[in-house]
Amino acid sequence: MTHDPYDADRPLLMRCSCGQHANAAEHAVAELKHRSEQADVEAESRQFVEAALVKALFPQDALRRRFLKAVGRGTAMAAISSVLPVASLQAMAAEKGPLEKKDLKIGFIPITCATPLIMAHPLGFYSKQGLDVQVVKTAGWALIRDKMLNKEYDATHFLSPMPVAISLGLGAPATPMHVATIQNTNGQAITLAVKHKDKRDPKDWKGFKFAVPFEYSMHNFLLRYYVAEAGLDPDRDIQIRVVPPPEMVANLRAGNIDGFLGPDPFNQRAVFEEVGFIHLLTKELWNGHPCCAFGTSAEFIQKNPNTFIALYRAVLNAAAMAREARNRELIAKVISPQAYLNQPETVVAQVLTGKFADGLGNVKVVPDRADFDPMPWQSMAVWMLTQMKRWGYLKGEVDYKAVAEKVFLLTDAKKQMKALDLAQPEDKAGGYPKFKVMGKEFDPAKPQAYLDSFAIKRT
Amino acid sequence: MQKSLTFRAALLSLLLLGCLLGLWQLATQGTATAAAPAAAMTPEQIEYAKLMGKPVDAAPATTKSGFPTPAQMGATIGRQLADPFYDRGPNDKGLGLQLAYSLGRVGLGYLLAALVAIPLGFVIGMSPLIYRALDPFIQVLKPISPLAWMPLALYTIKDSAASGIFVIFICSLWPMLINTAFGVAGVRREWLNVARTLEVGPVRRAFEVILPAAAPTILTGMRISMGIAWLVIVAAEMLVGGTGIGYFVWNEWNNLSLPNVLMAILVIGVVGMLLDLAFARCQKWVTYAD
Repeated sequence: MTHDPYDADRPLLMRCSCGQHANAAEHAVAELKHRSEQADVEAESRQFVEAALVKALFPQDALRRRFLKAVGRGTAMAAISSVLPVASLQAMAAEKGPLEKKDLKIGFIPITCATPLIMAHPLGFYSKQGLDVQVVKTAGWALIRDKMLNKEYDATHFLSPMPVAISLGLGAPATPMHVATIQNTNGQAITLAVKHKDKRDPKDWKGFKFAVPFEYSMHNFLLRYYVAEAGLDPDRDIQIRVVPPPEMVANLRAGNIDGFLGPDPFNQRAVFEEVGFIHLLTKELWNGHPCCAFGTSAEFIQKNPNTFIALYRAVLNAAAMAREARNRELIAKVISPQAYLNQPETVVAQVLTGKFADGLGNVKVVPDRADFDPMPWQSMAVWMLTQMKRWGYLKGEVDYKAVAEKVFLLTDAKKQMKALDLAQPEDKAGGYPKFKVMGKEFDPAKPQAYLDSFAIKRT
Repeated sequence: MQKSLTFRAALLSLLLLGCLLGLWQLATQGTATAAAPAAAMTPEQIEYAKLMGKPVDAAPATTKSGFPTPAQMGATIGRQLADPFYDRGPNDKGLGLQLAYSLGRVGLGYLLAALVAIPLGFVIGMSPLIYRALDPFIQVLKPISPLAWMPLALYTIKDSAASGIFVIFICSLWPMLINTAFGVAGVRREWLNVARTLEVGPVRRAFEVILPAAAPTILTGMRISMGIAWLVIVAAEMLVGGTGIGYFVWNEWNNLSLPNVLMAILVIGVVGMLLDLAFARCQKWVTYAD
């Protein structure tokens, strides 16, 4: 079947350039499949995961080299694989245990954050692991939560603070959930209505109405952080509403909201529809911040360890592929059609390639506008917990580290290394790299001091 | 006379439709922007225009998600009707299939409601005591928007498909229950007295005297219920998602695709009308002259 080339709502499906496929999307699938078979994606994904770990364990290069010299490459790798479930799981997976469950349902929200999870389906990464996966488009985050708690979904696309909140019993009956991988980093933006073109200073935003996708979202925490830095109280000076991402553009057009901190492609879609402009990319607030996650319940992992490993590998392989800039344009073709994001291809391509129109007449090139770094650093979870406390979602004392380590599946580096009788890296390493949010350093070892340092807070 | 009235009414309907289409055409035709000549633009501007999906010289213009013209609408209808039953995975199904899912959901929820409401309505209608005892509950539960039950249903039933059916069940329950009770209670005394004089058993009395007498009222209740169920299914499916005509509307709204949303609205209207017509036909069968 063909589509009307002048229909903005459908990707343009012409015969592809090589002439072997019915349309461009199928061609893109074939090309990406070919690339994934050619390059050893699994080895690549393992490598970048390990490289990221090594870098975190040894922030200084000299230390890393000293360590490697002292213990040797093999021992170092063994130590690292004990830190990260992926690596040890990969070793286990080499034995190819029988899959406990083959037919799986995975939920997703139609946003570019879910790119690895979605593209793994048409590219056959799931079936390669022997899984028959259905990726199911879902109407909103509350529904994702409910379907996960109902066990209608086996695993799902989450907002990364959601598993933390659900595990703590915030906004849901407490059910242990895990973040297996971070799905994407960066890739969000603050979009304002075109009529606010001249109000670029957040100090002028008093009385504005903003939309975020969910209460327990990085979007909510980052927006609150940003306006609070400008001296506005996010609970009193502006209004923040929860609106499912797909409905943000329609609301912006209708004038229901003045802006949103939302996921792509809806920021770019607002620009494309000429109703909004991109005020700033969230990467400018915290470069490398996590956004969405791929997760499941503790129960599912316990009952289906081999299935979980297979699923984990499929998603990690997809993430490795999505990280490469040269694949991005093809990926946009694969995930734009109706079954997945249901967006004009050019909008998705602008998000993924980072060459985009900003809505103010400029073409911007920001290659790391969206990235897919899967490392679930526990310091990220600690930061989320500080923000949940800051805005009163979480009351009373909280054991930051215990929660972070329970939910984010990255076992404590130091403990493992001690068990192996290896030299311990410095305090700040392990699963807790530091990072900066709006220029201010976050030290995961001192969450309370960080929390106390804010002028505007609800505690 | 009757014939000419029908004819004139049809003519007027057509005229109104023509006016509507004409106005629609007038309101939407001015929106297409002419291609800007590339010569007058800097490379930067051309690049920007392309990213914004605007026509630049020969480059194809991607139409924005504005309100469609009648012609675009016609093309959309044609495309949807050409292949209504395709199935490309869980997130991409044809309009016909989506409609079938919705009708299935409505049918099941409605049937369950009828199975509960009609017998219960009989009991309530025949016993003034039970009527009075249950009345406060019915009065409180009846005005609740069926969608307000959704979060509760999702939480307790723990299954989104069943929750959708439950919402249909709960919204179709009340009109049927109340109308049945009302119809049964309103059966003429003389008929019941005649039955009693002839020593008719209670079961036979219910089926051969009360049921035919109350049937028109019961069917009115069923007709109202079906109308409400069809109204609610769209909203319920937008909430629960997955399949159905409501999900179709939601999915096309994501893409701000007004032609497809309009198409769905049209289909919802036509199907609702057909359902209502079917009940009107049934009502004619059971109506009797006093």
